[in-house]
Amino acid sequence: MKKVKVIKIDVDKCNGCRSCEAVCSAFHAAPKYSSTNPERSRIRVLFDPLKDIYVPVLAGEYTEAECNGRDIYTIDGKQYDECSFCRASCPSRDLFKDPDSDLPLKCDMCEEEPPLEEPLCVQWCLSDALTYEEREEEGEEEEKPEEMEIGLESLVKKHGLKTVKDSLARLAKG
Amino acid sequence: MRFAETGINLEIDLSRGSIEKEGTDPGLTELHLGGLGTNARMLWDRVPPETKPFDPENLLIFSAGILAGTPAPGANRTIVSTFSPQTLLMAYSIMGGFWAPELKFAGYDKVVIRGRSPELVYLWIHNDKVEIRDASHLKGKGSLETAELIRQELKEPKAQVATIGLAGENRVYFASIEQGRSSASRGGIGAVMGDKGLKAIAVRGTKDINIAQPAEFFELCTEVLKYIQHRGENPIKGVPPILAGLGSPQEMSLHDEQWHTASFAWGNARERRKNFWNEEVEAKWKETQDKTVERLISCYNCPMKCGGIITHPKLERYMMKCYSKLTYTMAAMSDLDFGFRIAGLAQEYGVDGYTTPQVMAFAVELYEASILTDQDMPGFPADNEERFFYLLEKIVRREGIGDVLADGVYWAARKIGKGAEAYDHNTIKKHEQIPIKLGTLNPIYYLMWSTGEKINITQIEGQIPQAPFPTKEEREEFVKDWIQVPKEEIKDFVLNWGEPGTAFPNFPTPEATCELVEWQETMHYIDDATGICAGLSSFPIKPPYHIHNLPRLISSATGMDIDEAKLWQIARRNRTLIRAINVRRGMRRADEKPPEDHWKRRFPEIEAKLLDEYYKFKGWNNEGIPTKETLEELGLDYVSQDFEQRGVYKEKKAKAAKSTKSQKPATKRDSKK
Ligand code: SF4
Ligand code: SF4
Repeated sequence: MKKVKVIKIDVDKCNGCRSCEAVCSAFHAAPKYSSTNPERSRIRVLFDPLKDIYVPVLAGEYTEAECNGRDIYTIDGKQYDECSFCRASCPSRDLFKDPDSDLPLKCDMCEEEPPLEEPLCVQWCLSDALTYEEREEEGEEEEKPEEMEIGLESLVKKHGLKTVKDSLARLAKG
Repeated sequence: MRFAETGINLEIDLSRGSIEKEGTDPGLTELHLGGLGTNARMLWDRVPPETKPFDPENLLIFSAGILAGTPAPGANRTIVSTFSPQTLLMAYSIMGGFWAPELKFAGYDKVVIRGRSPELVYLWIHNDKVEIRDASHLKGKGSLETAELIRQELKEPKAQVATIGLAGENRVYFASIEQGRSSASRGGIGAVMGDKGLKAIAVRGTKDINIAQPAEFFELCTEVLKYIQHRGENPIKGVPPILAGLGSPQEMSLHDEQWHTASFAWGNARERRKNFWNEEVEAKWKETQDKTVERLISCYNCPMKCGGIITHPKLERYMMKCYSKLTYTMAAMSDLDFGFRIAGLAQEYGVDGYTTPQVMAFAVELYEASILTDQDMPGFPADNEERFFYLLEKIVRREGIGDVLADGVYWAARKIGKGAEAYDHNTIKKHEQIPIKLGTLNPIYYLMWSTGEKINITQIEGQIPQAPFPTKEEREEFVKDWIQVPKEEIKDFVLNWGEPGTAFPNFPTPEATCELVEWQETMHYIDDATGICAGLSSFPIKPPYHIHNLPRLISSATGMDIDEAKLWQIARRNRTLIRAINVRRGMRRADEKPPEDHWKRRFPEIEAKLLDEYYKFKGWNNEGIPTKETLEELGLDYVSQDFEQRGVYKEKKAKAAKSTKSQKPATKRDSKK
């Protein structure tokens, strides 16, 4: 059995406060809480008040190439921006990329020892737009790559293994 | 490295078109904290009293509070400071929303504007890149429209935009600076922005804000959040619903408007309608509100929802905050639907939701009294609501009578003459006040209305109950968890209030009144420096921020070592400095009075005694001027030296009594257009 962690998002309850962004970026700062910067957050709220659109999105997988084409949703007569509901850190947009290194950001459900009761964004969302659930599912627990690996992988994909290796070797010497 | 603040200000000279980045002096942070405090210091140092509000040398300062953008809940305020064309004194208006955090993320604490651009421009701040851009295509555009156009042309949907509407461009004395769901409205700061030829400031930032002691700071923030949650689950018992919770008054969600509609005066601050609120009205207004308020919305990093998205079949969507829901409705003696309709338009034009309805109600009264006639107002409609729309259009364009009214009630009354002055009965220091007319003098409010430098009661009052609790048990219950009081003795006020012999105006004693007023005011001055929303701090009863947790919060964020006494002292220093700025501009005791009819029963002797006591308590002389000793104790020696040089202490009473009365309005100082 494997544990599945779910953040339930109720867009109708979101008030656009961006507390989730603030707290996420603070948690992932090094040292922890030493800085805040929503641009580094692994949850972003896409909003357009004049259309009454509020969509909290959690950062998902890094993708090397964008999809073949884009999607645009209309729900309840409101037209959402292109790819509004996609979680990918994707070359087509600047969402979920570290503003300094450009490395992809990915939600880790606030990986922590001992584990948090709930991810921090859920804890800080007093409007209950974000709620948390855990459930068991058939299947093997997957080995999760470390944050560093995700970053390195994306660098390798971008620049090729050799360039990354060379750069690392140079850095190690310096 | 600087903590909580960025340590960098942007200095923009619009006359020369220059942009400079200036490192700030950490010593000033120690003395004034930030936000309003450091703004005031800048205005004292750089704008002499001879400079008029519409001189290019006047500064317009946009400042983030020192905690803005940190995880401290509700720390999101932008404090805008300048000199007001209406009061001719210092104006500082404060807005929530998202602008201040974005400025900090871009790497700046303040944007300081001086000079005047010959053409309409806007400022674009994107991290290190700062440009002055042409705004001629935005001339006359509404506030939401402008913000949207700027975002589109910059291809930056996440840019935060503070902008003026048509009213600011036309230098209406109560023009606001609008920022989507929030605005800095009081004192005519939008007119100063317009005078400078600055349409908007757009900002986008992707940098870090650093915290000095992260673990401690974050723990304190979490405690604050938990307390907010606790207060949400435990509204204050025994007070009207509108006063029971946190935030700005929760008027976007609450339907019960008994308190505002029955206690505040309607029309031109004329009529109290104590029986207005009944089931029928409640049902009708509820229907209007439920149809119109589509979603409740917040400011940056705040769980309260003081704003609403307004959808109305006759209007484009807009965002509204708290009390402007009622100001137009009540001024026009109309209903809620009208309020929603006209407020949306007024915000697009960018005018203050407090002052504007009153100026218009004043004009309607003058018309009804035949002081203004059809000659002054050609085509003035017969329909009441239409009249308000008519006046709004005239005012924001400064067209015909609108040109006179655009200076606000005080100046307009004097220009119109023919007895119009008598209809100016709700201004203090030339500034329109909340329309409240009550029975017996309330000593606490008397001092707040008279002496508050903000000249706006909501920025002075706050966390003390407005009426006594009827029973002893309720009083005891209330003080049990009243952790916010600075000293235990303050609780006596609530414990005693309601006992025999505790009626106004002899209760509370002048000494107790001074303590209460000073406490309320101090908390506001702290908020205005930190950038924490008053709605979570100085304004509601039992707020999550208070004098006992703020020192640690500020210390752990900034790395400074500030205890309660030191924080109180900083607030006192800032407060005194702002008083000094206004004193240097001629404000004296004679200006410190609420409108004559503010209370039906006035007590001149008690009032004089209250003012005497309060001045003494504050360390000011009998004219309300901070004494040399007070200034030196606060490290404001340069102020006392300036006062001595100018002979401020030696003035004869007679001259002092004339005070700001002899001044001229700011309109004619120069003709730009
Ligand atoms: S914290 Fe909750 S309400 Fe606030 S923006 Fe995030 S999801 Fe929306
Ligand atoms: S309490 Fe209300 S006004 Fe204050 S920051 Fe929160 S949402 Fe904004």
